[in-house]
Amino acid sequence: MSADLATYNFAYLDEQTKRMIRRAILKAISIPGYQVPFASREMPMPYGWGTGGVQVTASIIGPEDVLKVIDQGADDTTNAVSIRAFFQKVANVAVTTHTKDATIIQTRHRIPEQKLGENQVLVYQVPIPEPLRFLEPRETETRKMHALEEYGLMHVKLYEDIAINGRISKTYAYPVKVDGRYVMDPSPTPKFDNPKMHMSDALQLFGAGREKRIYAVPPHTEVVSLDFEDYPFEIQTFEQDCALCGAHGVYLDEVVLDDKGGRMFVCSDTDHCEDRREHGHVGAMLAPNQEAAE
Amino acid sequence: MYVAVKGGEAAISNAHRLLADRRRGDRSLPSVTIDQIAEQLGLAVDRVMAEASLYDRSLAALAVRQSRGDLIEAIFLLRAYRTTLPRFGNSVPLDTAEMQVERRVSATYKDLPGGQLLGPTFDYTHRLLDPSLLSDEAVEEPARREAGGEEIMRVSDILAHEGLIEADGELPQDHQAGDLTREPMEFPMGRDLRLQALARGDEGFLLALGYSTQRGYGRNHPFVGEIRIGEVEVEMDIPELGFAVSLGHIRVTECQMVNQFKGSSKAPPQFTRGYGLVFGHSERKAMSMSLVDRALRAEELGEDITAPAQDEEFVISHSDNVQATGFVEHLKLPHYVDFQAELAMVRKMRADIEAARTADRGETEMKDAAE
Repeated sequence: MSADLATYNFAYLDEQTKRMIRRAILKAISIPGYQVPFASREMPMPYGWGTGGVQVTASIIGPEDVLKVIDQGADDTTNAVSIRAFFQKVANVAVTTHTKDATIIQTRHRIPEQKLGENQVLVYQVPIPEPLRFLEPRETETRKMHALEEYGLMHVKLYEDIAINGRISKTYAYPVKVDGRYVMDPSPTPKFDNPKMHMSDALQLFGAGREKRIYAVPPHTEVVSLDFEDYPFEIQTFEQDCALCGAHGVYLDEVVLDDKGGRMFVCSDTDHCEDRREHGHVGAMLAPNQEAAE
Repeated sequence: MYVAVKGGEAAISNAHRLLADRRRGDRSLPSVTIDQIAEQLGLAVDRVMAEASLYDRSLAALAVRQSRGDLIEAIFLLRAYRTTLPRFGNSVPLDTAEMQVERRVSATYKDLPGGQLLGPTFDYTHRLLDPSLLSDEAVEEPARREAGGEEIMRVSDILAHEGLIEADGELPQDHQAGDLTREPMEFPMGRDLRLQALARGDEGFLLALGYSTQRGYGRNHPFVGEIRIGEVEVEMDIPELGFAVSLGHIRVTECQMVNQFKGSSKAPPQFTRGYGLVFGHSERKAMSMSLVDRALRAEELGEDITAPAQDEEFVISHSDNVQATGFVEHLKLPHYVDFQAELAMVRKMRADIEAARTADRGETEMKDAAE
């Protein structure tokens, strides 16, 4: 058997497949929030680990692009590292951890804190693209519901939440309406990030590999989180600031320090945090050390 | 002092190095060769070829070795290679009537043209561990006989002579068989796509579903019309030549299930069919496939859909083990951002309840004091 078993095209996918995916992307951009079926390929990483996002990125990336990959907001989580390494290997593109330097940002579960620009594309990895899936398991039914703009079930679900819990208890993958037409799953980002999708300057692409769907939010498109007049949409707020960089009004991760209830809160967006620290911002956790050093 | 978790790259590379070490195992033992796997673990190789939809024994054996014998991982490896291969065209439909049969059994006839051929089967072996296999004892050559001249008719053809069984599915002449690995999947599917999905579906899943139909969840009164295993020729039409040329032989397992059918508003009383065709030697898979294929024809035949095995969207959406294992196992990826959101929500809800209780207690105490 030949050791030179297989050679791979630029960015792994063959050009025909890329064209097929680009057509799906163009259709998705033309119908904001609509889930376009596409012939998802088997990728060399498992389904559920970002194969949709990887296929979208592979189809739009060129040799001049600068790629950033985050998972949970961090560049250094293992799967983000693995996907970044994959594109370095198969496309030999420049990679970065700096949000502002990237032309393509592939993400899982977060939108960067820094506002994205019109020269940037945000590629989301999506596990379950169908916002109605947990209300109606059948694809044949949910497609009909979207076609008829029949979203009553979703509002009933949110209403029931309020009736039972006194609030809409959905904290992530919070459903949005795109361009006044399609209800869309923003992927499992915390609802904290929903407002960033609204009228974004950047193109937002969503790839679901296992479920074989691509959808998009073009730049400058309305993205409205579903709510009621008397129960308006609210994002999460944190009482603390980031312990490392002192950032306020950003999404924080809770880090357990010991088994006695000790914990600290730090930026989920690691690049944002590092950037702030480089610019001299100091959080509560680092401040005493600095004083001691002085 | 909290130190940001860094070094994912080094950790991953060390993990892969350790994995390679575990795969190799004790270095004082010779490593298994691809040929040994292909020859001596042939049924594992067959399963990998079948569920990866790629007929290549050497590559499948390589995948088995690389995956440390984890067959779903091996299927995944082979599929990820298959997906990058260019497609030259479609083969002519296999003619399994012309199969070089090694095994052929029918449960519906005591004897039939071509006879019953047991072939290499585990059936009727007593499942007693064989100590002779602990050492490398010589194994007898198989008994051979001259091939009989008799044609080995398909049981479905025998029944068809009397018009007792439905015909092969009617598809228009110009019908191009679908390929769900190249086109987006949509429900309801044609039977061609459904059979493709079943042929590459997980053996265990299909086995369980087929079993469920036997236990009453969508019962369809099956008889094994015939199982045949052997080699068939693969041919392809070459447009430039204007005729089909042979590409070689592959080993397949075919199962034709014959199912009793009382008739409905859509079809007259006659025997109906469930079909299974699998790369390599895999009777369990071919039989399960044909049970599930028949169950999924419920709507076409005007039967009530009451059981999971009859539900196309349910069966086809969950039969792919590479998809299933990926999504189940992705739960081990970090989800702390979402978990944080849930944590905050639960804390807030608990605080609300606690506050409401305190307020209640306060009221009761005031009332008590007033009385």
